[in-house]
Amino acid sequence: MQGAGSCALHLLFDGANMYKYIIKRLLMLIPVLLGVAFVIFAIMNVAEGDPVYQVAGPDATEEQLEALREEMGLNGSLIQRYFRYIGNLLKGDLGTSYISKMDVMKLYFQRLPNTLKLASLAMLVAVLISVPLGIIAAVNQNSWKDTLAMILALIGLSMPNFWLGLLLMLLFALKLGWFPSGGSEGFISVVLPAVTVGVGLAALLTRTTRSSMLDVLRQDYLRTARAKGVTERKVIYYHALRNALIPIITIFGVQFSNVLGGSVLAETVFAWPGVGRLVVDAIDQRDIPTVTGALIMTTMLVTVVNLIVDIVYAYVDPRIKAQYTK
Amino acid sequence: MAEEHDILNIEDLKVRFETEDGTVYAVNGVNLRLGYHKTLGLVGETGAGKTTTALAMLRLVPDPPGVVECKRLEIDGQDVRGMSITKLEQVRGKDISMIFQDPMTALNPVFTVGQQIAESIEIHEHLGKAEALEKAGDMLEMVGIPRARANEYPHQFSGGMKQRVVIAIALACNPKLLIADEPTTALDVTIQAQVLELMNELKEKYDTSMIMITHDLGIVAEVCDEVAVMYAGRIVEQGSLEEVFGKTMHPYTEGLFNSLPNIKNRTAKLKPIHGLMPDPTKLPEGCPFAPRCNYATEDCRKAVPELHRASGTHMVACSAYERDKNFMIDRRKR
Repeated sequence: MQGAGSCALHLLFDGANMYKYIIKRLLMLIPVLLGVAFVIFAIMNVAEGDPVYQVAGPDATEEQLEALREEMGLNGSLIQRYFRYIGNLLKGDLGTSYISKMDVMKLYFQRLPNTLKLASLAMLVAVLISVPLGIIAAVNQNSWKDTLAMILALIGLSMPNFWLGLLLMLLFALKLGWFPSGGSEGFISVVLPAVTVGVGLAALLTRTTRSSMLDVLRQDYLRTARAKGVTERKVIYYHALRNALIPIITIFGVQFSNVLGGSVLAETVFAWPGVGRLVVDAIDQRDIPTVTGALIMTTMLVTVVNLIVDIVYAYVDPRIKAQYTK
Repeated sequence: MAEEHDILNIEDLKVRFETEDGTVYAVNGVNLRLGYHKTLGLVGETGAGKTTTALAMLRLVPDPPGVVECKRLEIDGQDVRGMSITKLEQVRGKDISMIFQDPMTALNPVFTVGQQIAESIEIHEHLGKAEALEKAGDMLEMVGIPRARANEYPHQFSGGMKQRVVIAIALACNPKLLIADEPTTALDVTIQAQVLELMNELKEKYDTSMIMITHDLGIVAEVCDEVAVMYAGRIVEQGSLEEVFGKTMHPYTEGLFNSLPNIKNRTAKLKPIHGLMPDPTKLPEGCPFAPRCNYATEDCRKAVPELHRASGTHMVACSAYERDKNFMIDRRKR
């Protein structure tokens, strides 16, 4: 497309300013992460009773409890423990799971690839459904196509995710046997969970695309484009869509952040070993180091996604970039 | 083409908008002919149907809700009415192009001005991206903007500069007919004069025929050869600049002249035309101007007056002339 080439050229010109902005944003992540880590850490420590009793069992003596407390790093005040935790975190140590006695960092990174796989594929499904559907609905506003698209979005929005998952499993795994009904063996096993999560996300994204496109379709500059002799197709998919992208990207970012935290229902239905199940299982078992560690890692991931979204804004809309690089 | 034709030939153009609140009759039977290298001023109040008439020429009236009917719509001898979409896209921007009213909203905010000018060059002259951008730079220089600014976005330009860019887009492919829809309305007075001068210059240079849509009679006097005055979707008076300005016939045209500020007597109150343009969803019976006309009689409210030739090329639609050939409005001497 015409925009890409000279856009890249334009980037070179004020690239230095953009790097400055990105570095500034990265530095700002540090206090944010420290704060978020503190909140998570504090809640996890306050909410739970003394986990030492749980690990040691009912017959332990006071000395045994004290020794265990030291071993588990539970001695000292909350603040002391927080700074010890952060210190370890900087060394890449998130502690050890109470249950499996495994390194939490390792546990998390075992699950992360699965979550990334599911999240990206689900977002891909969501975008492939919602953006064309939203555009068709907006271009044919108030026609049967619009109504149909909006009904589909409403169904997608109101259908419980696990139920859709079960239906898909029933049809495609049990009846037709095209896909496995669960597990994480090979690429093919991610398809059903990704469609399940993606369809749920597509609903909101369709509505966003539609309303954003409706706003843009009224703009005078599309008439200018038509008067130049630009084809209707190009008017919609190039001139209009580019202007409608900002709200779509915003919702995309929010949804992507959500699925990075894990899609517990879909993961449970399809026995998909993702981060969501790791956290939920850990909560069930009162495995505080695992919960805290996984939540902090997820937060880091989400802040990075937000940063990427903000950077993408700048490339989509030059007016936003002008604000960043001021 | 062997047959003699004009740059523009419209017969009985009607446009209505079918909305939920009723049908808006925007244009109600307009005939227009324009010779090559001529400039026509299309004059009238807001809501007279000037812009809709222009959009209909490019077949850009939004449908729905717009419904366009006409007996003839030819540009440069080509029938626009029955044109395929593909052919229409070749005509738009190449044979006929349009300068829009509000430069603030007429440019796409996410593309550089260079890209936006180059786009029509790419489409119509089948040039590569680099060549088209090069030519877009030439166009920018022609409208008085340094070519280095081709890489900038519309938000980096002032209103007058944006209008220059819009003009550059419209002229990029040397159109045979240029429609300028109130090109100076959104600009402040000093910039207005610059833009008008620029348009006059470019029109001469490229020998373009032009339709200048405006409510400003001063602009008409400066730029146009012919004048058509529109009221409630109809042309009520039409003729050469001298005819319409020198021997004003229609009471509405007279009213327009009377509402101009008097430069010799700066403290004089303006004399506006009383009342408002009729609601286009329910036009009155008879002459639509009758409710506001100082000369209206009972007969005026019975039938819509046809456009009649008065003398030479001078046409007027007023039933007073049908009753009395000598009914002539003396413009108040200033």
